[in-house]
Amino acid sequence: MGVEQKLGNMGAVTLRLEEAVNWARSNAMWPMLFGLACCAIEMMSTQASNYDLSRFGMELMRASPRQSDLMIVAGRVSRKMAPVLRRLYDQMPDPKWVIAMGDCASCGGVFNNYAIVQGVDEVVPVDVYIAGCPPRPEALIHGIMTLHGKVRGEKIKDWK
Amino acid sequence: MSEHVLETAKSIQGRFGVESREFRGDVSLVVPPDQIVQVCQTLRDEFGFNLLAGQTAVDYWPAQEPRFHVIYQLYSMPHSVRIGLRVPVNGNAPSLPTVETVFPNANWLEREIWDMFGIRFAGHSDMRRILMPYDWEGHPLRKDYPLGYEEVQYTFNYDEIDGRKHYAKE
Repeated sequence: MGVEQKLGNMGAVTLRLEEAVNWARSNAMWPMLFGLACCAIEMMSTQASNYDLSRFGMELMRASPRQSDLMIVAGRVSRKMAPVLRRLYDQMPDPKWVIAMGDCASCGGVFNNYAIVQGVDEVVPVDVYIAGCPPRPEALIHGIMTLHGKVRGEKIKDWK
Repeated sequence: MSEHVLETAKSIQGRFGVESREFRGDVSLVVPPDQIVQVCQTLRDEFGFNLLAGQTAVDYWPAQEPRFHVIYQLYSMPHSVRIGLRVPVNGNAPSLPTVETVFPNANWLEREIWDMFGIRFAGHSDMRRILMPYDWEGHPLRKDYPLGYEEVQYTFNYDEIDGRKHYAKE
């Protein structure tokens, strides 16, 4: 990269801890492997070869909330599913982030009725909302990049 | 239409005195609640209707009285024909006997009818909700059940609705 010539033989890079940690966090996010509805299909195609989510260091979807730090709520959340979703969120270790993927997860979408939670932000705190029904893989990637930007800008006092 | 269905309908009509209806080649029998178990038993054992293919209910409120019809769809594997049963149930604490003893798969179907319409099945082994959460109030597929709409946020009323909405904390 050329940086090693400038550094000489010191073998060390100095930078702020905040930047180093945020860089590491944002470039190795482990999303949780779960989908609730049709948005999950788009999420799968985002991971597949055409869109290739592994370019952003997050090709590994963990099937356990204990091993993941990003929850992508892909689909509508029914009132019966809501406590399950909250439990999964509570089981994730800090730091953790939530993306509400699609209209249903963001605001209830077309399901404005008794059975569907009107926006998953009633159940878990959401960092990024992605519009679309369902969002295209580009939109999901854009949402994830937005979240990466947010993580890189986090202050050390707000860390968990 | 199959001979077997017509014969069956005629025979059941004679034996139980029930009304028979036909619509575009589909035969259905209107059975009173207290006879449903015997009719199902007879259809299964003597006429080869060995599969309860479906069981559901319809709410005709406010157009009809009695307001509910519980509907059974029976299928005959050996004859490859179907027959329908309709049981009118009135809306005041609706209840009818379970057919779980005849068709064990009625267990979950009747739980769903209880959950969605509030029709109880006497003698059912496990009369709990199946789709909605256990602490849910009301029965959503009844015609007088409110849809539970949330008001749509526009620019002019965004802040007002946003203020009412509760957001989750960490």
